[in-house]
Amino acid sequence: MARFLVRRIALGLLVLWLITIAVFALFFVAPNDVARTLAGRQATPETVALISHRLGLDQPVWKQYTDFLWKALHGDLGYDYYHQVPVTDIMKAALPITLSVVVGGAIIWMVLGLTNGVLSAIHPRSFTDRSLTAFSLFFYSMPTFLLGLLLLYFFYFRLTLAGITIFPPGGYAPLTDGFWPWFQHMVLPWFTLALVSAATYARLTRASMLDVLGEDYVRTARSKGIGERRVILRHGLRAALTPVVTQFGIDVGALLGGVVVTETVFSLPGLGKTAIDAINQQDLPVIIGIVLFASAAVVVANIVVDVVYAVLDPRVRLH
Amino acid sequence: MSGILPTSTSSEGVGPEPVGAPPGAPVEERRAIEGRSPWLLAWQRLRRDRVAMISLVVIVLIVLMAVFAPLTTTITGHPVNEQYRQTGLTPDGLPTPPSSEFWLGTDDLGRDIFVRIAYGARISLLVGVAATALTVVIGVIVGLAAGFLGGFVDTVLARLIDVVLSVPFILVAVALVSITGPSLLVTVLVIGFFSWASVARIVRGQVLSLREREFVEAARSLGASDSRIMFVDILPNVLAPVIVYASLLIPVVIVVEATLSFLGLGLPPPTADWGGMISESQNYYTVAWWFVVFPGAALLVTTLAFNLFGDGVRDAFDPRADRIMAEVSDVTIEPLADVDAVEAVPTVETRD
Repeated sequence: MARFLVRRIALGLLVLWLITIAVFALFFVAPNDVARTLAGRQATPETVALISHRLGLDQPVWKQYTDFLWKALHGDLGYDYYHQVPVTDIMKAALPITLSVVVGGAIIWMVLGLTNGVLSAIHPRSFTDRSLTAFSLFFYSMPTFLLGLLLLYFFYFRLTLAGITIFPPGGYAPLTDGFWPWFQHMVLPWFTLALVSAATYARLTRASMLDVLGEDYVRTARSKGIGERRVILRHGLRAALTPVVTQFGIDVGALLGGVVVTETVFSLPGLGKTAIDAINQQDLPVIIGIVLFASAAVVVANIVVDVVYAVLDPRVRLH
Repeated sequence: MSGILPTSTSSEGVGPEPVGAPPGAPVEERRAIEGRSPWLLAWQRLRRDRVAMISLVVIVLIVLMAVFAPLTTTITGHPVNEQYRQTGLTPDGLPTPPSSEFWLGTDDLGRDIFVRIAYGARISLLVGVAATALTVVIGVIVGLAAGFLGGFVDTVLARLIDVVLSVPFILVAVALVSITGPSLLVTVLVIGFFSWASVARIVRGQVLSLREREFVEAARSLGASDSRIMFVDILPNVLAPVIVYASLLIPVVIVVEATLSFLGLGLPPPTADWGGMISESQNYYTVAWWFVVFPGAALLVTTLAFNLFGDGVRDAFDPRADRIMAEVSDVTIEPLADVDAVEAVPTVETRD
């Protein structure tokens, strides 16, 4: 196990290193006019050169890269081009927002997805199964941004017109302002994220449960006279969770780097929206910081998933 | 017979035997059965799947709408980018609701939404098919090379697959498009370059087990070259899971394209594009529901039809899926290929 972990972590670091190179290369292949943008229209070439120098943009690309890497290894991701704020500070401010969206969304989508999948699998091809499957496919096909806009239309606009002002049109209220405002701002983003994702989990759980319920040990459990509820939940669902947990780990990892679309629709200044704004301004340090964090989240999630595998599915340990 | 497709195209003729007729079958029936290739069997199963067939009809209708988009201009008399400032906007400059003049209403610039939806179908379908094709081609080539050549090539390619799968797709895609400037080609290339890794992983896994099989050994002992074995003997055997994956990938790609447009990185205006239309409608959804509802419905119907059809394709290639199994009771057929490899949904990160 230890050897496996060391190997995976080394590989993860390699992956992250390659991603820094890729992002760096990407930005320097393109004509870069950040200094000119910053200097404004009237700027003399000297001013532009000065700004360029201050940002380190006049250095050779490899020098900029090695500087970046060296600082990054010391936990310093540099300063953003426009306000000279440390990138780590920007990310620290955005992370709680993204976390709020992801954690709440994940809880809802797991509850919805697992219930839906298990109910479908208990009576395959029944009316319940078919309607639940249709329900999931509908949301699976729904683009996130469309669902977000529809929820806004009905639950913000329509309700507000009707005099019920429960849901704000977007934005964020930190938990320090109290639980209720935070909750109000989060409900619609949570459901946007959760409904779209739950569909994937429902389908995954259903397929996996159907496989597992056909296994010999499930028949053995039934023949021992164990109650159906216990068979389904203890013997069936536990083993069926393996692919679900994999998907969960990968999804949460991917989302921690920024819930790009949901944050954009609901104007939540999380990592995703921050990154999109930075991209539009060519604010390289911020982009690299967030992309690196997002990739790291994916890499770590993958390692965690592999470890959880062994804990969750007793059969994995046997092999 | 094992669970793979016979390599019917292999001139070495050492592929597994095709499915035969049951010995007791009447002569006429047997003749009918003997001609069935695994592909034909899959098609026959697909044809019996009512939902998949209805989805196919919907897809065909959408394709027709895209192909004959100019007809909508002929019928309504509204060119796609024509702005009707007098008739198409209210005195306040807001979009007008559906009417006999503008069937599905107008957008913020007074353009006919109906005509624009028809033209938008072209973009969605074009990107969906082209990017999926690119994804599959790159994925199959990388997967074949990694799995078959093994050794150093495999090590490098497998790491490359890991890297691409760890890239935060939407972020990097947005970054790339913002640098190069949006265009149809860029959208297709970006999606293709970041989605192939899942295909490559599936193909590699299949090839790893296929290359140890007798028919590959036989081909090699007959003096076939590596590339011949890869493309003539092994490739046909990995096609089934790839086709299943591709059919489920098309709707995902369509959503990615729309998402890029929504984030402001779609095709430059005034191109009619569903994602772009929905994005523009964001500021008007309180005053013009039709502006978001109709393009949204077009997008949703399209992805839903492709998803339902893709599901049908998967079931057709994998008769273990119970609902098909109940209907095909005459012959016990082993799955054509390890479609389990694509049991999970396509992993292009679009859920958000």
